[in-house]
Amino acid sequence: MPEQLLFAMEVILNGLMAGVLYSLVALGFVLIFKASGIFNYAQGVMALFAALTLVGIMEGQVPFSHLINAVFGTNIHEFGWQVPAVLAIILTIAVMVLLAIAVERFVLKHLVNQPEIILFMATIGLAFILEGFGDLMWGSEIKILDVGLPQGVSDIVETTTFGWFGYGFFIDKLDMVAAVIAVLLVILLTIFFKYTKQGRALRAVADDHQAALSVGISLRFIWVLVWSIAGIVALVAGMMWGAKSGVQFSLSLIALKALPVLILGGFTSIPGAIIGGLIIGVGEKLFEFSIGPLIGGATENWFAYVLALLFLVFRPQGLFGEKIIERV
Amino acid sequence: MIYREAGDFSASYKEDSQTFPIRFDRIAFYAFVVVAFLVVPFFINDYWANAVLLPFLIYAIAALGLNILTGYTGLVSLGSGGFMAVGAFASYKLMTSFPDVNFAVHILLAGFITAGVGVLFGLPSLRIKGFYLAVATLAAQFFLVWLFNKVGWFFNYSPTGIINAPPRTSFGFEVTGPAASVSVKYVFCLSFVVVLALIARNLTRGSVGRKWMAIRDMDIAAEIIGVNPLTAKLSAFAVSSFFIGISGALFFSVYLGAVEVADTFSIQKSFLLLFMVIIGGLGSIFGSFAGAAFLVLFPVLMKNVLTGWWGWPTDLATHVEVMSVGLLIVVFLIMEPHGMARLWQIAKEKLRLWPFPH
Repeated sequence: MPEQLLFAMEVILNGLMAGVLYSLVALGFVLIFKASGIFNYAQGVMALFAALTLVGIMEGQVPFSHLINAVFGTNIHEFGWQVPAVLAIILTIAVMVLLAIAVERFVLKHLVNQPEIILFMATIGLAFILEGFGDLMWGSEIKILDVGLPQGVSDIVETTTFGWFGYGFFIDKLDMVAAVIAVLLVILLTIFFKYTKQGRALRAVADDHQAALSVGISLRFIWVLVWSIAGIVALVAGMMWGAKSGVQFSLSLIALKALPVLILGGFTSIPGAIIGGLIIGVGEKLFEFSIGPLIGGATENWFAYVLALLFLVFRPQGLFGEKIIERV
Repeated sequence: MIYREAGDFSASYKEDSQTFPIRFDRIAFYAFVVVAFLVVPFFINDYWANAVLLPFLIYAIAALGLNILTGYTGLVSLGSGGFMAVGAFASYKLMTSFPDVNFAVHILLAGFITAGVGVLFGLPSLRIKGFYLAVATLAAQFFLVWLFNKVGWFFNYSPTGIINAPPRTSFGFEVTGPAASVSVKYVFCLSFVVVLALIARNLTRGSVGRKWMAIRDMDIAAEIIGVNPLTAKLSAFAVSSFFIGISGALFFSVYLGAVEVADTFSIQKSFLLLFMVIIGGLGSIFGSFAGAAFLVLFPVLMKNVLTGWWGWPTDLATHVEVMSVGLLIVVFLIMEPHGMARLWQIAKEKLRLWPFPH
């Protein structure tokens, strides 16, 4: 096979892997949107917050140490212990559930029946709160997250593909792990939605709030549940992105990248989120590889949005979204 | 006791439909304008101008523009930072290409150029709305910033990519550049604010504004009663971008003087403007000013209190500030979705009845 084609194939594969990571964030959006009709802008910051908390717990940092030191003039930073990764993950999940309860209790409860756009803006506010809170709690310096995920280029893939084509593909091990985890997560969520009592209740709420209420489903419980699940998905996404590029503020910007993914896939479809993520991942890598050098590079910043914009004009509800019907 | 409308009769339709129907409001407004134009410029100092007054005036223009789009027409835009960048770069190109022309003309032209770009990016709004449109405007934000960062023609091929405002004059006064006095800058911006606010006020209460509001309240119903969504939505985009473009041009040339596009006109700027409009009050001219004033003053205040009085490190103060802004947004959306403009209205109602509210 010609070199150029193989190189393009490698770019596509890497794009697919990057797309999986976008899908992971988009998944959290879809979950909340399905259950409560809220477009949760804070999803990206939730991923950042989860990753910060995970690192903080693992390293044994004292929460709010900066604040405490500034107010009381003390000089404490760490408890001086290391928490094993598994325990830290469980504790972080607990924190995310607490966060879900707090969000329901203090924000959502008061905004029932408001127009969608107001709820959207409330989640933008929430994103700022979480961002400030996370930084205040754990400090804003770039942290390294190491939960024992494999890193670096996979030798096996490289040698195998070299044996096949005489050209070794460079693929990050972490990306492969992320892909596997994303698939597992989707299967788990699908099983949860299809076969459990809570999953059925969730689908009922997604269909019709009032009808769900009238058959005795507690909306507030469902909201806490779905925000907790979104929090866990955020944790997974935060772990992957954090392990890839360090835990820092730019992590929360992947939420913005997830938006075009959602537009392509449709806001209400879990498979749509995955496929949308893959399309965006491959599309932006291919575009950067083929057209990017001609027009100055760094096209990844905007390609996804422009693709989404063009796509919207032809199919406003996304690939798998429900048809939008408007009535006066 | 003072704030009364008793004895304030309107004898003609014209009198009834004036901008400030209550005499007290009218007098207060004129007094305010006179003080702003004739007193403040003589007492203004560098700190107040650069930390508070100039950013307030410039953001107020942008907030007015965004309010026309988001508050009056109901089209949420996250691309305002990008449009501000268009205004800034348009004014830069004009300033460097035609150095002898009155600088105010450049600012206006920059506004018109931005209006054109705004209409272009507003085209999708004819098909999509809500979050979908918000995402579409994100495309404008990221694409425009990338464009101004990568294409050398826009920044005259300067090696750093930073644009610097050369000294330019308007009506014989030097407005831009390091030698311009803050009083001149202040009056220059203030004139734009006053004129644009009057335009915005009169547009929004005329037929154009009613069409916008009809589209906001329910676009299909508006279409049925004969509002043309094409012209209504695109005119909203055009007017809004005109305002935001002027604000961007002033922000770059008069206020900052040098701009690195990826820093200054990032997505954060878009959010800041959106917050001004939400906190100030969606669909209110006064609200745009209140929101701009609040979000300019609030960080200054926080910084002074936290780092100045309590001696906290600056990074900590920044975190607290970010958190408080978010908190304020949520609190406002829950307690008073119509923002500070509604609070002001309630205060005025109370004042009218005071001291005998029953």
